[in-house]
Amino acid sequence: MTERKSDSHELGSHPDWSPPASTVGVLGWMRANLFSSPLNFGLTALGLWLIYQIVPPIINWAFIDAIWSGDSPDACRNEGGGPKAAACWIYIDHWFNYLMYGLYPKTEQWRINSAYILLLGGMIPLFIPSFKYKGWISVFLLFVFPVIAYFLFAGGSFDLAIVETPLWGGLFLTLVIAITGIVVSLPIGIVLALGRRSDMPIVRALCVGFIELWRGVPLITVLFMSSVMFPLFLPEGMNFDKLIRALVGVALFSAAYMAEVVRGGLQAIPKGQTEAAGALGLSYWKTMGLIILPQALKMVIPGIVNTFIGLFKDTTLVLIIGLFDFLGVIQATFTNPEWGGFHTTGYVFAAFIYWCFCFSMSRYSMHLEKKLHTGH
Amino acid sequence: MAEEILETQKPAKPPIWNDPVYRALFFQALVLGGVIFLGYTLVSNTLHNLERQGIASGFGFMKTTAGFSILMNLIDYTESDSYFRAFVVALLNTLLVAAIGIFFATIFGFLVGVARLSNNWLLSKMAAVYIETLRNIPLLLQIFFWYFGVLRQLPQPKQSVMLWDSFFLNNRGLYSPAPVPEEGFAFIIWSIVAAIIIIYFMARWAHKRQADTGQQFHTVYVSIGIIIGLPFIAAVLTGFPMTWEYPTLQGFNYKDGLSLIPELVSLSLALSLYTATFIAEIVRAGITAVSHGQTEAAYAVGLRPGPTLRLVVIPQALRVIIPPLTSQYLNLTKNSSLAAAIAYPDLVLVFAGTVLMQTGQAVEVIAITMGVYLTISLLISAFMNWYNNKMALVER
Repeated sequence: MTERKSDSHELGSHPDWSPPASTVGVLGWMRANLFSSPLNFGLTALGLWLIYQIVPPIINWAFIDAIWSGDSPDACRNEGGGPKAAACWIYIDHWFNYLMYGLYPKTEQWRINSAYILLLGGMIPLFIPSFKYKGWISVFLLFVFPVIAYFLFAGGSFDLAIVETPLWGGLFLTLVIAITGIVVSLPIGIVLALGRRSDMPIVRALCVGFIELWRGVPLITVLFMSSVMFPLFLPEGMNFDKLIRALVGVALFSAAYMAEVVRGGLQAIPKGQTEAAGALGLSYWKTMGLIILPQALKMVIPGIVNTFIGLFKDTTLVLIIGLFDFLGVIQATFTNPEWGGFHTTGYVFAAFIYWCFCFSMSRYSMHLEKKLHTGH
Repeated sequence: MAEEILETQKPAKPPIWNDPVYRALFFQALVLGGVIFLGYTLVSNTLHNLERQGIASGFGFMKTTAGFSILMNLIDYTESDSYFRAFVVALLNTLLVAAIGIFFATIFGFLVGVARLSNNWLLSKMAAVYIETLRNIPLLLQIFFWYFGVLRQLPQPKQSVMLWDSFFLNNRGLYSPAPVPEEGFAFIIWSIVAAIIIIYFMARWAHKRQADTGQQFHTVYVSIGIIIGLPFIAAVLTGFPMTWEYPTLQGFNYKDGLSLIPELVSLSLALSLYTATFIAEIVRAGITAVSHGQTEAAYAVGLRPGPTLRLVVIPQALRVIIPPLTSQYLNLTKNSSLAAAIAYPDLVLVFAGTVLMQTGQAVEVIAITMGVYLTISLLISAFMNWYNNKMALVER
């Protein structure tokens, strides 16, 4: 850097002065973003104080003081018998199989694992942009995979032992309910959305009534209804097990939400598209199936993913009607006289697993939204 | 001649099975028939099943004695009251938790939403972490965490956490002093009512004067003065007719004073913290939707930052914020039904749980429960539509 001459007024080219040190680099960034005004200074101090209050105790609890090894629950207890004020990770280790599969027999768990592998194997190509056969893969995942999974999980054919649904539980049951809910509710939702936008008054009224009815009541009343009223609706002697009744309730409930998402997509397609298709002589179903729905559904994929996130979180409610989903099995472990009582560890672990699923899905939906946003 | 040509140019009538009008009629008749048949089957099955189980249908059971007690009741209720009274108690409990949740979720949501937009990097990131964490954890899990993980782990009543010797926190709930009105207290209430009426007319007068003459009036400061001053003067005149009743430890728990059961505390805490994340995102979207040019234009015509926010930015942001905000309120009300999982005596627990179990009137009880929630949501959406129409941009 050349020496600055303050009294220099000579014409000609001069080297650029470097910017003041307080406006560039780390210092400049801090001045602009943390300490730009007295108010900001105070807010930064408040934030730092909050972080100091919250973060170190959490790190202590989860890592430093936590109990990582040992094989009896006594390692996690004080002399008095109460749980220590730290995470008891051996408790998770002890219950891990139960948390993942519920009471599903250990010798049969390969069936669940192979379905997981099939599902993941099917989903990976969907994330590769240059992969060509995405349509076929989606059809496989939506229509063929559920059938395969049903025969794998329930057994009873192909030399597989029958596993009764009361034995299903843990994260496995959560995934079964969430995925069944979304797979069943998508076609019903599409039909309802088309019905709501139909020209036929009776069809439209029925669809509006159905959608608003389910959207107006909480899921828990729907689950209560499915568990106490379905048996009354059915003819004498006919009965379903508890899981199927809950699945019907969840599917009908999410179908109403799905219908509103799909309707949003249908409304976004200009009317000219329908008119053009009509002018070409396409029938209603051909217009919808070949022209409108492919565009509308592509547009609402983020909305569908968001509905799925909501549904995934709502599956926890089935524990109220006595099914042992992931949160249900966590609750069940607390009542165990030997290994129970580690509430905080259990809830934090459950929260972490749910968070991982929901957060990754919401990021994916945001990414899709950006990718599909081809407007201005 | 001309008529003949027209006759020949008329399009040939399609056969009846290809005519759109008849097709629509036929299709609708088919759907309606299917629905009626389905409904008939369900109703006849249900009636048959009820008859077989010996349950008389009808709403007569609402008048019979309930015979169970409810943990928390806002209006008088004893075991000898009818099922209808129990229903009202439960409904009030639901509305109470929804109102508390909405109140705190709104305040906290607005604060976090504004913090998310702050130009202070640290604050904005902390708000983002809060939103992204709590939004992606199921609400029921959060309720369980607060109830079983925190509040039920608090010490026994004898070792309560004390604040200023008047607030007590233990695993049975939060206890605080209760105000006990004495003679003359009604005078203070009336003075508050009078203050509100005075403020209303003063604001109208000030608005009219500003519209006529352009002169401004310090409505806000004067209103604050009136709403605090008038009741204070009334209190001084009547000699502070109110005492505090402090909770005292009697036997195994505190008696007297105001008590908040842990079920209510954990439920409203979880509901407000969870819903606040959604409200924060709505507020952020609403404020960013008002283009910065509006603020610049307001500055250019000489408005100071305060009036700019109050008269230009907020009214436009509210147009974007209110509709999704209402649906979040609705969600919160519906989510308050998760109370059943931690035994807070709300509509679902008391009515769809206990009453259903005792009477076996599944159809009626579920129908009433769903009907209540449906009514609330229809009322809220009717309000939302009215507001939308009122606030919608008047387009040429």
